[in-house]
Amino acid sequence: MTWMPVRRVLVTGWKNFARGGAVSAATVLIMTVTLAIIGTLIFISALLSFTLDTIKEKVDVSVYFVTTASEASIFEVKDQLENLPQVASVTYTSAADALAAFRARHANDQLTLQALDELGGNPLDASLSVRAKDPTQYESIVNYLEALPALSAAGAPIVDRINYAQNKEVIDRLSLAIQATRTIGFAVIIIFAIASILIAFATVRLAIYTAKDEIAVMRLVGASNSYIQGPFIVTGVISGVTAAILVLLLLIPATWYAGAKTAGWFGGFNLADYYASHFVFIFLILMGSAIVLGAVASVLAIRKYLTV
Amino acid sequence: MRRRCRLYGLQTNGYNGKRRMIYFDKVTKRYGDMAALEGVTLSVAPKEFVSIVGHSGAGKTTLLKLLLAEERPSDGTVFFESIDVNDLPSSALHHYRRRIGMVFQDFRLIPNKTAYENIAFAMEAVGRSDSEIRSDVPYILELVNLADKALHFPDQLSGGEKQRIAIGRAIINQPDLIVADEPTGNLDPINTYEVVEILKKINELGTTIIITTHNKGVVDSIGKRVITIDRGKVVRDDAEGKYIL
Repeated sequence: MTWMPVRRVLVTGWKNFARGGAVSAATVLIMTVTLAIIGTLIFISALLSFTLDTIKEKVDVSVYFVTTASEASIFEVKDQLENLPQVASVTYTSAADALAAFRARHANDQLTLQALDELGGNPLDASLSVRAKDPTQYESIVNYLEALPALSAAGAPIVDRINYAQNKEVIDRLSLAIQATRTIGFAVIIIFAIASILIAFATVRLAIYTAKDEIAVMRLVGASNSYIQGPFIVTGVISGVTAAILVLLLLIPATWYAGAKTAGWFGGFNLADYYASHFVFIFLILMGSAIVLGAVASVLAIRKYLTV
Repeated sequence: MRRRCRLYGLQTNGYNGKRRMIYFDKVTKRYGDMAALEGVTLSVAPKEFVSIVGHSGAGKTTLLKLLLAEERPSDGTVFFESIDVNDLPSSALHHYRRRIGMVFQDFRLIPNKTAYENIAFAMEAVGRSDSEIRSDVPYILELVNLADKALHFPDQLSGGEKQRIAIGRAIINQPDLIVADEPTGNLDPINTYEVVEILKKINELGTTIIITTHNKGVVDSIGKRVITIDRGKVVRDDAEGKYIL
């Protein structure tokens, strides 16, 4: 294959775009809106994941040990839990640390501290805080703990209580909410993406419809279908790439402004930081969508005018 | 098909004993129940200048569309030299059409290309090199007296200028045949005269021309063979160029 026809297709495609006037402008504008929607969906998806992860991190199950349990036997249980594939992390809090934390928490509550002093000694238990990789896995972790033959040197069980029963309903609801949010969020993103892509398709089709007489003339002067199609595909891709560049540029001030305003509201998720740290990913998604959208829409739109 | 080519193609004698370039063999074209052409048989020899006349709706444009393979006949066969036009696959149509130059009443120039680019496009489409385009297009622009309008877009040209650009585009690849569908229909008498003179000159240089027209003056000034079509049938075929309806 020689370079000449390719160069001609590229040059003609560029000229068609540059001379297209209002039609080119309208196509770029609609594709900009489409890609802006796709870009927004990327941020919404990231925000959703961030929020769900934050909520998940707040959920755990605590295992409280009897006051007679030795630190060595508690660490043995900790090791066993850490070996479970469902467990993300296990944090040990000694009875002394629990007391210190309690005192710090109630530093301004003299009545409570006085009552604690009157009790004498340390009434608080040592505990393990277990965090699962997925909230739905807490039940299996608790079942494992309940079946664990963790005994003291005297032969008595060392696990005093597990707070799962109190948290179960909250954890179950949260698991359901996370699952539902993910499914609904994904569906909404897909619907919006399809809707915006269809709008962009319709615009490209309209742009090619305005050139249908031109296509007929090209056929009659003996141009092959690929030679006719080529410049339209190039024009579609140029429209898409121009729109993608516009969206990538517009996202800089938009995320900077919105990020500063909403970071506190979104629990620390800063849109500008996310854009900066994921620029390559967003660039590839938008540029890829633009090129595929422009090329595929052009091919599909022009096909009906290439028949005999 | 080969047998029919031998019968009707290059080796076959046609009108007045001349070699046939185009042969319509009992061609009928129906749109629903309506017959636009009915049992038309005619032949055109190389280098002929044929005017096809008839009322609006007589079937002139349908005849040209069948020749260009824009339409397929309901019955009968259209031959172009040894090619059975009916049997051409879609993938081969562009090769076939490169042998025919088309001129339309409404010019059909590509609006976002300059006069130069409109003519050059026909060369690009057939794969001519840049150097050929650079040498041939200015020559053709000179030939149609529009060298000074090379960089004008169609909407910056008059009707006559547009039609001369369209003729330039039709002849740039030196086709075997030029088909002109009402080429003077949108032109004033002066431009009509110029266009007819250009077509006559092209014919004198050896290109076959088929023109459809309503214009008696055009037919009379050409003074060549006239085929009259009425209600889809060939009713007259005069070698002497008479416009009789």
